[in-house]
Order: sequence, then structure tokens, then C-alpha cells
Amino acid sequence: MIKRIVFALATLLCAATAQAQTVRMATTTSTANTGLLDYLLPKFRSRTGITVQYVAVGTGAALKIGEQGDADVVLVHDRESEEKFVAAGFGVKRRDVMYNDFVIVGAPADPAQIRGMKDAAEALKRIRAAGSAFVSRGDRSGTHLRELQLWRAAGVEPRWEGYYLSIGQGMGTALIMAYEKRGYTLTDRGTYLAYLKKTDLQIMVEGDSRLNNPYSVIAVNPSRHPSINHAGATRLIDWLTSDEGQRAIAGYKVGGAQLFFPSAK
Amino acid sequence: MDLLEPTRQAFALLFSGDRELWGIIWLSLWVSVAALALLAPLCVPLGFVVARIHFPGRRALVVAMQGFLSFPTVVVGLVLYLVLSRRGPLGAFELLFTPAAILIGYMVIALPILMVFTVAAVQGADSRIYETARCLGARPLRAMGTTLWEVRFAVTAGFVNAFGRVVSEVGCALLVGGNIAGLTRNIPTAIALETSKGEFAYGIALGFVLMVIAVGVNVALAWLQGEGGLE
Repeated sequence: MIKRIVFALATLLCAATAQAQTVRMATTTSTANTGLLDYLLPKFRSRTGITVQYVAVGTGAALKIGEQGDADVVLVHDRESEEKFVAAGFGVKRRDVMYNDFVIVGAPADPAQIRGMKDAAEALKRIRAAGSAFVSRGDRSGTHLRELQLWRAAGVEPRWEGYYLSIGQGMGTALIMAYEKRGYTLTDRGTYLAYLKKTDLQIMVEGDSRLNNPYSVIAVNPSRHPSINHAGATRLIDWLTSDEGQRAIAGYKVGGAQLFFPSAK
Repeated sequence: MDLLEPTRQAFALLFSGDRELWGIIWLSLWVSVAALALLAPLCVPLGFVVARIHFPGRRALVVAMQGFLSFPTVVVGLVLYLVLSRRGPLGAFELLFTPAAILIGYMVIALPILMVFTVAAVQGADSRIYETARCLGARPLRAMGTTLWEVRFAVTAGFVNAFGRVVSEVGCALLVGGNIAGLTRNIPTAIALETSKGEFAYGIALGFVLMVIAVGVNVALAWLQGEGGLE
């Protein structure tokens, strides 16, 4: 009996210490689909012994998870909702981590004739006018929110029967669906490059300043959720924004191309 | 987590006749029913033949069918995805991410269920029904009809079972349908993805509808079976 109790306690203790060595992160599908996290987090682990478990959802959902204390830290990319998140007291220690950019990609046949355009909003207008398929993340992710801003800038209601495809899923799925439907989508460049071999999509529009895509890391406010691993979250943030972490981010390449650019100040 | 507030919102959504919400429910229903309706004329006679006629490989076929009963629907979805993708063997039809793709998936999932139930029903029936019908001058087809009519409750149970499985499965519908709003978003995929967005009211409303459908179909079955169902 006593043996059993000791065993149970020991198990509990192990579980508890394991807990202390784990940081839960809620992040966007782009950081996971590009393979960045699976490259970065083992480096962090070998440095600190801390394992990071992440769920990859859209920015909106990631912030929601953080708000409810179901994650210790969030890595997201939508300035507006990040600021709201911090202002509402859900998060602390927001730091810039890295950036890349969005591009509009499409089927090689380019049915809406937007290849090479410099104005992203104008390009969307043309896609709508041509009635081409456009795949929308539709999941309140950072990419989706940016897409909606661009539609607003274009003055177009993004709804057209059967061709504006709102899928509520990650970037990888959206790219594959755009390929299957011979349509267009807005994607971060990183995920697009990581999926290069899986689709025949080509970059149609890039370089518009409205297509900049900065990522931040935010710790979930420990005073709201005392049980979260704030110390671990802080160490992750410090490492990501350290010289070592920033070099690691810059060093991540897919097919020879750098996907993310360090931006910690 | 507050459970009451999203539940209240859920009912408000349902009763306000939210068009998107009811569109999702409608898609789930029609694709499930269509899959079963398309399968019925194939599976029921085939089940009868397998139950009545001995042919080489019959036992292996029945065992395989029973095995497929517990086949994960997400694997059905995966295989179908590869087949229907533009790079797949049936890619030319461009069916991936359409309601038709979900329909095909549902048919693949429902087929073994209908077969196994029909085979079991016919095997459980008194073989003299068929023989008597034949002796009284019925052609084989007519005698088959007579037998199936006698075991209709057991066969119907197969349909209810198959309906319950397809209407509630999420793996296949998500993979080959893609959860496109207004096109391929059905009840289970919407619940899965609305919840991941933090839209709990939507999930609760749809979950409630799904349960009502499941219970409703079973009550309808019991009613149809009448006294016969209790024997």
C-alpha cells in the first residue's frame, strides 16, 4: 500500500517537474507549416532544456487560447489584434521577432491577368471582376485579417457565389485548395516557399507595402492565470530575441531561400 | 469557461434562422441521404445475393466487409483525396473540394454497413420464406422482394446505422470537402473548425442539431417498426 502511494507521489512529482520544463505556445499555421518551429524549438531545447509544445492555429484563435490561459506564450502576426490583446491585459512583454511578407499567388494561367501588378488592392479588384476563384483562410488568422484589409482597400465585398472560398483552415490547406481550384490566394511568402513542390502556384503580386508581415511574441499575463509557466515563456521570448535566436531564424532556409528575417530590437 | 452564454447564443442563432447555419445543416442532411439513396438499390440486392448464394470467396468477402465497418473514415478521406486530387488518377474530373467528393466518401463509408446489415438480416430470416415464395410461383426477383420485406426492420436498422455514421463523421468530409463556407461546410467540419476559432456558440448550435437528428432518426425508425420492432 505504502509502496503504491510512494509510487503515485513519485509519478505525480515527475509529471509536475515535466510540467515545469514545458512551455505551451499558441501560434499561427505559417510558423508551423514552414517548418520553422520544428527547426527552431529543438535549438531552444538544447540550450535551456525546455520543451515547447505548440498548437498551430490562426492568429485570432491563438490569441483566444492565450486569453483563456491555455497557452503560456503566443507567436502571432497581426499588429492590430496584438495591441488589443496587450491593452486588454491578456498579454505582457510583446517583442518583435521577425518578419516576412505576403504575396498574392495564383494559377500559372493567371485568369484575372494580375501578374506583375504592384498594387495588391487593385489586383484583388481584378480577381473579383474576372470572377476567378479566390481561396480565403476565413479563420481570423493574421493572413485572413490582412486579406480583409486589402478587400476593404479595394472597396470590394469579398463574397461571390461559388468562387470566394472561405475555408476556415491553415495556410497550407489554402494553398493546396487554390491549386486544386486553379485560383488565387493571399499567402505569407514562407509558407508559399515551403509548399512550392506541392502546387504549381506562382507569385503574381509582391512588394506592395501593405503586404509587410511582422511577427511578435507575447507572454500570457501571469497575473491573470497564475498557473501558467511564465518563467518558461520569458526564457523563450528572451531566447527568440537574443542574438543566438535571431541568427537561428535568419539561418532557416527552405530550398536555399531564407523565409523569415530577424527584427528584434 | 462560461458555458451558458455560448449556449444562449447558440439557440438565438438557430431560431433567428441564420442562413449560413441552416445551409450547413442542409448540406449535411442532403449529402447523407443522397449517399444512402444511391447505395440502396445496389447494396440491398447484393447483400441478399451474398447471404443466399454460395460462391467462392464469399466468406472472405463477408469478413472483409465486417472489417471495413471499423475502418477509420479519415483514412477513407485520405485515399479519396489522393484519387480525386488534380494530380490523382481521377484528377481530370476536378471533384476534390466539392460536395460530390463528400458524397462519394459517404458512399464508401456506408457501403459495408448496408451490406453487412442486409447479409445478417437475410441470413437470420427463415429460409423457407424464399422457398415458399418460389413454390407458390414467384420468380426469384419477386421471392427476394418477399424475403427482404420480411426482414425490413433489420435492413432499415442498417440504414439508420449508416446514416448515423456518415452524418457525424468529420475526417473524410474535412479532407475531401475542405470545409468551404457555403459549399462543402457541413455540421461536423463546422463544429471542428468553429471551435478552433473560439466560436463556441456556432459549435453548440450545430452539435445540438446533430443530436436532434440522431435521436430523431432513431425515433422514426422505432415508429416505423411499430410492434415489429419489439418482437
